[in-house]
Amino acid sequence: MAANKSARYGMVIDLDRCTGCGACMVACAIENNVPPANAKATERTGITWMRVHRLGNGRPFPDSRAVFFPILCQQCGHHTPCVAVCPQNAVEVDAATGIVDQMPQRCLGCRYCMAACPYHARYFNWWDPAWPAGMEKTLNPDVAPRMRGVVEKCNLCHGRLHRAESKAAAEGRRDIAANDYVPACVEACPAKAITFGDLADDQTEVAQLARSEGAFRLLEKLGTESKVYYRSERPWVHQAVKSGIGKEPQRG
Amino acid sequence: MDRSYIARGLERCTTRRFLMWLLPWTLLLAFGLYAAGLCLFKGLNQTNMDNRFAFGLWIFLDLTVIALGAGAFFTGFLVYILRMHELKAVINSAVVIGLVCYSGAVTVLMVDVGQPLRAWFTFWHPNVHSMLTEVTFCITCYLTVLAIEYLPLLLKNRRLRQVPSFLVFEFELHRVMYVLAGVGTFLSFFHQGSLGGLYGVLRGRPFAFREALGVWPSTFFLFVLSAAAVGPSFVLLTTWLVEKITGHQLVERTVMQKLGRLSGVLLIVYVLLKTIDTLVWMNRTVPGEGFSPQQFYGFEPFGVWILFAEIVVFGLLPAVVLLDARRRASQAWLLTAAGFACFGVALNRFVMTIQTLALPTLPFDRFLSYWPSWQEVGTFLAVVAYGVLVYSLSYRYLILFPQERDLKAR
Repeated sequence: MAANKSARYGMVIDLDRCTGCGACMVACAIENNVPPANAKATERTGITWMRVHRLGNGRPFPDSRAVFFPILCQQCGHHTPCVAVCPQNAVEVDAATGIVDQMPQRCLGCRYCMAACPYHARYFNWWDPAWPAGMEKTLNPDVAPRMRGVVEKCNLCHGRLHRAESKAAAEGRRDIAANDYVPACVEACPAKAITFGDLADDQTEVAQLARSEGAFRLLEKLGTESKVYYRSERPWVHQAVKSGIGKEPQRG
Repeated sequence: MDRSYIARGLERCTTRRFLMWLLPWTLLLAFGLYAAGLCLFKGLNQTNMDNRFAFGLWIFLDLTVIALGAGAFFTGFLVYILRMHELKAVINSAVVIGLVCYSGAVTVLMVDVGQPLRAWFTFWHPNVHSMLTEVTFCITCYLTVLAIEYLPLLLKNRRLRQVPSFLVFEFELHRVMYVLAGVGTFLSFFHQGSLGGLYGVLRGRPFAFREALGVWPSTFFLFVLSAAAVGPSFVLLTTWLVEKITGHQLVERTVMQKLGRLSGVLLIVYVLLKTIDTLVWMNRTVPGEGFSPQQFYGFEPFGVWILFAEIVVFGLLPAVVLLDARRRASQAWLLTAAGFACFGVALNRFVMTIQTLALPTLPFDRFLSYWPSWQEVGTFLAVVAYGVLVYSLSYRYLILFPQERDLKAR
């Protein structure tokens, strides 16, 4: 993989393999210095760069079926909803990697990007980040914690990308080795449900899986060209995804 | 006690009575400032907004207040550019309303952002493609224009007029008022539009996303038009309210009717374009994004009724009443129709902000509800109190209604 060429890092998540264990969520939080949730945080105010949702087929037992849907920033490559709306250029798509970067140090905290994101993959720091005494020693030195009042999201473990680039440079290589850059969620998944790599390179497993039968992207018709693909052999999953927001609306 | 500050020929209540009027509003302002202080110092965790409801009461009311405050730019445009001189009777009041609305909205926005001290970043690292950048630039500039437009009113105060240099300055300001009105109209056109564009560009929110006309989504033009339509209605309602509270007639009835007619004409055009826009959205935009329009109206309480209410009950109906000279002559009809028009625009801003965010976009998503916290309500009440205080002080010490003296003499 070449960091200096135009790579398109992305992933394929096999829904038929995902058990919904949440290991990816934990690994992501630890890797990226996401603080433990504030005591007053709710499901809607907590920070989870990766969140596993459950999608059911809506049928009663014994025909009921479900899959788990890990949702993270979909790394949109076209009409990237959050990039166009940010008033102070705190979000950008890195041309070299295709990764949608968030710059918390420039973020105003207006949350317009959150309103724009159809995948609800952006999180606001409603509280000051705080770690229990002693736990701050476990912080990842490659990732800066974010302050209260700014937005954050998955950046495909940018800290790991930088580390891989540094390693390649130290060894006199221009390209980074595929094994040197693997996001934490991919590494942690016990079911090997997530395949990561350069989608622009046809030879990679991820590119081949993304083109395979059963692969799809969420909200494909929006034209955001996201770089996170999902895969399932189950027809009802495809049907549910195509139906958009579902046939039977839940009452709020 | 303060008689020497009140313009000659104007009748105002006693200082004691005026202070009694100010007291509850000052207390409300203090309460609201406390609520806003909590949000600023403890953070936005004091609100009931969340990662899904990234915008809430503040953005909805900011948009509404800015639309209602459009009377300032639109009346200025009519008086100074189109030379409708009879509207000079309300232009001063319209400027104060505009100043209050815009400064209040900007203040709430400062509380609403997570890092208010970084507000200048938008000027330093502007994203020229963002509607919010356009909004920030235009609102800031227009607020400056409004402050300059307010200056001549202030300098006309009986006491301040005694300073010769103030008189000269005020005279000079009057000479550039046409330029300021033009600049104000230009800036207002863009930020009212950009506020509509904020939602229209949200490709990821199919409920709000609209087809582009040039570089702007259709909501850009609909927001401009709707704001211009209700601006005069709000000036009309405010004037009536001040008349009721003070017990003085402030403007000729014909001025009120003129404002009503202007609102009616613009409102009917708005309703027509909004209907076309809705049809295009239903038949082209939404299916193109893989959804059907019915999907968005299946979540209670946001059924089709809300669309009907917005276009027909609070759009077409008041427009028809305001266009009918006979109905307009009746104060009850005039005021009810103006009130309906203002409510209709508020409903539109509510739908664009709250309904857009409440609706799910993914198959495993839920329809969500949101209820503002007391800190959010309190902060906005501070704006209301601030508005009443500024307007009350301006009404007492400045000449907001030039016809008042003549009408009293009659």
